[in-house]
Amino acid sequence: MANDQTPEDRRGFLKRVATGAMAATVPPTMHAQDHPHDHEHQDVPSDPALRTKALESLLVEKGLVDPAALDALVDAYETKIGPRNGARVVARAWVDAAYKQRLLHDGGAAIGELGFRGAQGEHMVVVENGPKVHNLVVCTLCSCYPWPVLGLPPVWYKSAPYRSRAVIDPRGVLREFGLELPSDVEVRVWDSTAEIRYLVLPERPAGTERMTEEELAALVTRDAMVGVAKVRVGEAARPRGGPA
Amino acid sequence: MNGIHDMGGMHGMGPIRHEENEPVFHEAWEGRVYAMNRALGVLGKWNLDASRHGLELLPPAEYLRMSYYERWLARNTELLVQQGLVTREEMETGKPAPESPKASPVLKAAVLTAAAVPAMASSRGSYMRPDAEAKARFKVGQHVRARNMNPVGHTRLPRYARGKRGVIVRHHGIFVFPDTNALFQGEQPQHLYSVRFVARELWGDGAPPHDSVHLDLWDSYLEHS
Repeated sequence: MANDQTPEDRRGFLKRVATGAMAATVPPTMHAQDHPHDHEHQDVPSDPALRTKALESLLVEKGLVDPAALDALVDAYETKIGPRNGARVVARAWVDAAYKQRLLHDGGAAIGELGFRGAQGEHMVVVENGPKVHNLVVCTLCSCYPWPVLGLPPVWYKSAPYRSRAVIDPRGVLREFGLELPSDVEVRVWDSTAEIRYLVLPERPAGTERMTEEELAALVTRDAMVGVAKVRVGEAARPRGGPA
Repeated sequence: MNGIHDMGGMHGMGPIRHEENEPVFHEAWEGRVYAMNRALGVLGKWNLDASRHGLELLPPAEYLRMSYYERWLARNTELLVQQGLVTREEMETGKPAPESPKASPVLKAAVLTAAAVPAMASSRGSYMRPDAEAKARFKVGQHVRARNMNPVGHTRLPRYARGKRGVIVRHHGIFVFPDTNALFQGEQPQHLYSVRFVARELWGDGAPPHDSVHLDLWDSYLEHS
């Protein structure tokens, strides 16, 4: 089909995106502001909810999509695949030195031991935070994120402010999250440019020596596993922003 | 391509908006768009790299103005039309054209069912190609320079690292090469490395002396330094 796509084809694609199918996907206010001389598609639903519904029913009618499969996917990421998974990995590493060693050596295999694997977690690398090293994960080019352990990324992770600044000013970004790092702490940023997905193993906070693995897991936040926060005693009892 | 998606190092994008107890999907349609994207991916008419490239081809002003899942919706719409699964007329009317063919038996057999979702969610659809023929030109500890290149197609070498010197800190193995795969020109697998760039190399003397940025880069993105 597009086996030898030429620059000409790509320009054509761009043009079509700008003028064709995009007419069905760009809100009308944008047309009003940006494209004074189009469009004839006034009957097209403008709201993304309506456009999504129209696309889904079209694909269902054409036999390309099974709505029950969509239900199952939404349910999986709303209720099962979220940062609770990553929190369990972190807590296990904190209480089991041998597991931690395996986790840092082969992240995917060690995470798989706990049953977490799948799309966007095929090649996991776990990076460890310590008193003198702080790791931070970003995807400047899109929104790469380790789904099996953290679920789907929050809006801020996918947003231009985070993607643009995490690499040039990670300390400023951390400050915005309320974390001021001393200058003798080395900051290591991981830009997820390939299919390797990164999980931060946060530092175990002091004063948690007597806690059970389950209690420890409840302390671990999604933000700490992305590297924009530390784990603190007394945080909310579940990772923020994800399935319980 | 030197698109708006390649935003590492840009200024002026505003504050980071962190939302407490953020839901996975803010509105139901976002979940449907996400799930449709996964279900359509299973049909095998395009690949992950082509899908990423589809986002990059959105006009920059619209890329910035759209919400994340609006971008996915626009991209998927375009890929569906491009690959002949739906026509523009059908997209505009929302109804299958009477003369338009329904899914072929081959496609029908590939359609994702609810029963297949748990297996899909946990299967390893790897982009690693350990058995591919590919020569590793670099090894851990070597100094390298990211090439100064400006391809008009898809690439995963961000502008901010081009021409900069770094050190190979990890060898990941052989992986599908996104630059060709995105354009349906084959997987052409290459060795992939984690390369450490010190912050001062990337951003100048104002950067903290010990900080660094790591990127995963394919063999052909690199040259000896």
